[in-house]
Amino acid sequence: MNFKTPRTGGMLTLAALITIMPLFLPNSFYYDIVILIGINAIVCVGLNLLIGYTGQISLGHAGFFGIGAYFSGILGIEYAWPAFAAMLAGAVFVGVISFLVARPIMKLKGHYLAMGTLGMGIIISIILTQEGDLTGGPDGMPVNPFTVFGFSVYGEKTWYWIVGAVLLITVWLSLNLVDSPVGRALRSVHGSEVAAETLGVDVPHYKVLIFVASAVIASLAGSIYAHYAGFITPEEAGFIHSIELVTMVVLGGMASTFGAVVGAAILTILPQLLTVFHDYEMLAFGAILIGTMIFMRRGLVPTLASLFQRKLS
Amino acid sequence: MSLLKVQSLNLSFGGVNAIDALSLTIEPGPIHSIIGPNGAGKTTLFNLITGVYVPSDGQILFEDKEIAGKKPWTLAAMGLARTFQNLQIFFNMTAIDNIMVGMHLNSDTRFLPSLLRLKSIIRGDNENREKSAELLKFVGLGDYIGADTDSMPYGALKRLEIARSLATQPKILLLDEPAAGLNPAETGELDGLIQKIAASGVTVVLVEHDMKLVMGVSDHIIVLESGKLLCEGSADEIRHNPDVIAAYLGESGRNL
Amino acid sequence: MFAEFLQFLFSGITVGAIYALVGLGFAIIYNASHVINFAQGEFVMLGGMNTVFFISVGMPMPVAMLLAVVVTIFIGLALEKFAIEPARDASIVTLIIITIGASIFLRGAAQVIWGRNFHSLKPISGNDPVMIGGAAVLPQSLWVLGCTIVIVIALMFFFNRTLVGKAIVASAHNPLAARLVGINPRFIMLLSFGLSAMLGGIAGILIAPISLAYPGVGIMLGLKGFCAAILGGLGNPMGAIIAGLIVGISEAVTAGYISSAYKDAVAFIIILGVLFFKPSGLFGVRGTERV
Repeated sequence: MNFKTPRTGGMLTLAALITIMPLFLPNSFYYDIVILIGINAIVCVGLNLLIGYTGQISLGHAGFFGIGAYFSGILGIEYAWPAFAAMLAGAVFVGVISFLVARPIMKLKGHYLAMGTLGMGIIISIILTQEGDLTGGPDGMPVNPFTVFGFSVYGEKTWYWIVGAVLLITVWLSLNLVDSPVGRALRSVHGSEVAAETLGVDVPHYKVLIFVASAVIASLAGSIYAHYAGFITPEEAGFIHSIELVTMVVLGGMASTFGAVVGAAILTILPQLLTVFHDYEMLAFGAILIGTMIFMRRGLVPTLASLFQRKLS
Repeated sequence: MSLLKVQSLNLSFGGVNAIDALSLTIEPGPIHSIIGPNGAGKTTLFNLITGVYVPSDGQILFEDKEIAGKKPWTLAAMGLARTFQNLQIFFNMTAIDNIMVGMHLNSDTRFLPSLLRLKSIIRGDNENREKSAELLKFVGLGDYIGADTDSMPYGALKRLEIARSLATQPKILLLDEPAAGLNPAETGELDGLIQKIAASGVTVVLVEHDMKLVMGVSDHIIVLESGKLLCEGSADEIRHNPDVIAAYLGESGRNL
Repeated sequence: MFAEFLQFLFSGITVGAIYALVGLGFAIIYNASHVINFAQGEFVMLGGMNTVFFISVGMPMPVAMLLAVVVTIFIGLALEKFAIEPARDASIVTLIIITIGASIFLRGAAQVIWGRNFHSLKPISGNDPVMIGGAAVLPQSLWVLGCTIVIVIALMFFFNRTLVGKAIVASAHNPLAARLVGINPRFIMLLSFGLSAMLGGIAGILIAPISLAYPGVGIMLGLKGFCAAILGGLGNPMGAIIAGLIVGISEAVTAGYISSAYKDAVAFIIILGVLFFKPSGLFGVRGTERV
């Protein structure tokens, strides 16, 4: 095994980080932040396959996250479904919905695609807000604890290991996919659609495939979030959350699986750090966002990686 | 059986006939060239043949099968390959990964095995990586195997695109201005490469402005003007055809 | 019955005119730079908030409005200079994130300066409705309409008759050729941001008496303006205006006859419906990819 490849080296580093992290987490507040990082990172690793590798923007993926969360919430509370079944049902539903919209939506390019996905996400969040009988409306709804074989999952520490494991698996699957003929086909769509097509890549098929895959990942992460947080609101599906997710991917570094994880970590921690600025929180957040994007256009991880490589050679 | 046959093909953009009742035949084997002044419809014809554009009217037959309106990836699977006038390199990938995309049709592209990186995926990838490296050597890019495409010189990228299209194992290869932007030495090497490709059994169709290259390598030359067929024939016939001299080559034609 | 419809129509046209102005701002900046400025809605917010502020420090209303527009224009120019210009050759997604960063920054700045509260702005000519065909129309609606018409005519004059305006159109059409005849693309970009900020600022002042002024007022207005710009075919100013009105009227009619709960979804349902069948908007030209 070659430990220097980004795949093995990165996986080992991430696994080691997850393993030793609890030593440095003094209380449940810190656990909470790290768990949220993990959940965001899971979504971002999926979204990065769509945005970073395939070059197709989505400003609406929080919608799928929200559907996953509400499926777990509603099926659990109203219909007493087992948590796993509700989670799977949510993922299947999101799979079908995203497949149905993917064909027409992925025909759009550039800003039109941004508009289409944005509109889709907003419609989902409006439905979740307005169908108050089912969803509790703008105030949100409680979610049952996650239960497997009669055991309920409680407590930050347990959730920490669950989210950590799911994140590791997601990262592993993403790295595998990227380094396969399918992954190269996805990247070729980003590089030049017309060249990809004439080389035999069924471009619409791959766009739909990765849109659906990233949506399903978002849905699963949404379900995990719902059970962990125990309470969900339509904001989870909202425009702002969609933007946060895209920003994490772009800030961490497009077309970098670990970049997506780093981006999720930074943008989850940053607002917590900025709370010391009180009223200046949003101002500072906006300024940091603009500054990073101007000076590190390709995102943190790719920019730092090439800096590091230049130092070595 | 002719390899490629175009029959009364039409394509109009907003009332302008880019291709106008065009008929021509490409026989398998030799090297064909399509020449003509700017705007004659050469690239448009390539775009029609490879499915990038859909014709307004007419037929395109590849090995006697109608292919007009078929999707580019279907045509690639049937054995049509091309390069582009403006480079269409995947700049987000290394040189060898570019070639490996060309092997897409001969790769294991099942989603689940790819996600799990099963042995079969790894094995296929290793085989294709070796073949790709050979192809890079074939076009003279042996030094660039792991190179990032954004650091490669223009002439090398032109060759990379040719190697990538060869990776699809085509029966016919359409080269759209492969010599554009190359210096005379590079064009000379390209001449050799085109003959090598033809010798390996691939039918080559060339769109090119470099008359020295065209006249040197072509067994069969087709001249287009305003989307119509002006004439066709061997290099000698074209060189001495008064229509061609008048319509296309103009004053400089006398120097040929 | 008809009066009721007329009522919805008027309120739809009023809000539609605002979407049109915002959409126009998107189109102008897009034409000059191919940037989608997600901070366009914040210009609207700034127009309203600044007017409220200048009035609160004792200025007469007309002066306050004028100053508010000037301040908004300067913010627009600063945005181009300090956030867009340094990243001009970045990818679409990066630029989108930058303008989103700018919108968060401006919202944050507004919160710091003016707090999170809602502020009301006095309508220009009072609150006594005018009866038109049995529908009660607020004078402010007429102001919105009138001003929008004046702005559109002024812009048409500017783009078709003045040298600077023609320069903008020329460089939108063919940036290289424009540069060759001596048009400075940086100046054009700066100008387009100033112009869009002005449109946003005016829209903000006009709508503030109806929508109230608060730091977050620009989010939805901006998104729906974006809808209008896309629906009209990106970079097509006339298309954006018509699309803005279509969105506004559909919203009002939906709210009146179907469900006010889904009023905010209407714009997005329309845009998805249209894009699914016409991927380049209602009045967009379908381009052929050159290879």
